[in-house]
Amino acid sequence: MDMVTTNNRQWEKYQKEIADDRYYYARSCIRQTFFPGSEWAFIDILRNKLGKDIFDDPKHTTCTGIGYHSDVVPFQTTMTVVARHFALMTEAGYANITPSCITSFGIYTEILHAWEEHPELLERVREDLYKATKREFDVPKNLAHTSDVIYKFRNQIAMQMVHPLVDVHTGKPLRVVDHIGCHYAKMFPSKGVGGAEFPAVLSGMVDAWGGECIDYPERRHCCGFGFRNYLVQANRGYSVANSMKKLESMEPYEPDFIVTNCPGCGMFLDKWQYTISEMSGKTYGKNGYGIPVLTYEEMAGLVLGYNPWDLGLQMHQVAVEPLLDKMGIDYDPEKKYCDADGKLISLPKCPTFLKQ
Amino acid sequence: MVNFGFTISVTRAVEYDKNDKGCAEYVALRVPSSSACIGCGGCSATCTAGNLTEFNIRKIQMLMKRGENQLYKEQLHKCMLCGKCLTVCPRGVDTRGMILAMIEYMREK
Repeated sequence: MDMVTTNNRQWEKYQKEIADDRYYYARSCIRQTFFPGSEWAFIDILRNKLGKDIFDDPKHTTCTGIGYHSDVVPFQTTMTVVARHFALMTEAGYANITPSCITSFGIYTEILHAWEEHPELLERVREDLYKATKREFDVPKNLAHTSDVIYKFRNQIAMQMVHPLVDVHTGKPLRVVDHIGCHYAKMFPSKGVGGAEFPAVLSGMVDAWGGECIDYPERRHCCGFGFRNYLVQANRGYSVANSMKKLESMEPYEPDFIVTNCPGCGMFLDKWQYTISEMSGKTYGKNGYGIPVLTYEEMAGLVLGYNPWDLGLQMHQVAVEPLLDKMGIDYDPEKKYCDADGKLISLPKCPTFLKQ
Repeated sequence: MVNFGFTISVTRAVEYDKNDKGCAEYVALRVPSSSACIGCGGCSATCTAGNLTEFNIRKIQMLMKRGENQLYKEQLHKCMLCGKCLTVCPRGVDTRGMILAMIEYMREK
């Protein structure tokens, strides 16, 4: 057996099944607060660019992930809340669930695994949910994170590409740092594309869309989000220290941007750059700018030619304009902080060191 | 600078590339048997000074090899040079010789 066949066979072990249509969408508490354009872009790309059926349910709630990982919400409660999500999915006539949040993905995976190992837990939850809400549910046939879905259709997106991940001034691929959320594949490696060792969900998109991924020493380090690390103000120095470790490790490689599949990682790698600059004066990008942080939906949106302000890039702490200039994307600076009717909402206060 | 109510935690990573390996190199040259240490802690268990103070040979040799000299420098003078540690070492390391070499290095520096 030659080496290529052996390697291909090995790589097959690191693949996962991702449904190809009819998704029940589970929104993320953090993503819809900090990156509202991302969730809109995901739905729009699936419906209008890829022609898929995706159901955005207003009855869906938090998965309790933040409370669960902070030891505030007990597992039994989390399971019952998640069972309600599955009931909503069943009632809507869907069997494939796709959560936007990495922690929700981790919670769903953990619960489905617990039910597989301990069927009595599943029966108890069915009973609890029925007593509380009179609802019944089917276990989803397929669970895939929304980044898995975009990864699955990366080549179809590449065919509709308007702005590849290339520096239009030099013609060279953009240098991208991919950051995978810990709850994506570190807890259950077989549930992520590429497992915990070779997560390819984001690097696959970057490669397909013309960019180049940077392999730097702290590539697999946690961003520092970690719930308990930042919920208590006095502990936040530990959270920042983790982000700082990553930023210092990637800085010498001069990345053009960071892409994350976890909303928490995106938020912290973006906003902690402001915190670090205000606390120590240090910035990590060129000429006093930071390193822009994108969600994979925003990256896909830019590649497909969406307006940066429709994607919500004005919500970011680190300015994205240098990246937009590199990609040759037209934007109107005057409309950055305007609402849908074109009226100026208000201008944010400028940071002391981080250039805007 | 802004005070957000917390400070950025200092990393506990061992900076092998930046730390001063001078003492470790000096001791390795003067006491070749030091490289045989497996860190079992037999020396620390039998140490008289260790029973009375914070002196801990196993910890000191580990910090020395990491190049974290400032963390054990003040401990060295607590050794009474009784040599009991020599008799229990399963690897035959000249532990007393190591302490003496460290003291010499610190004095010369």
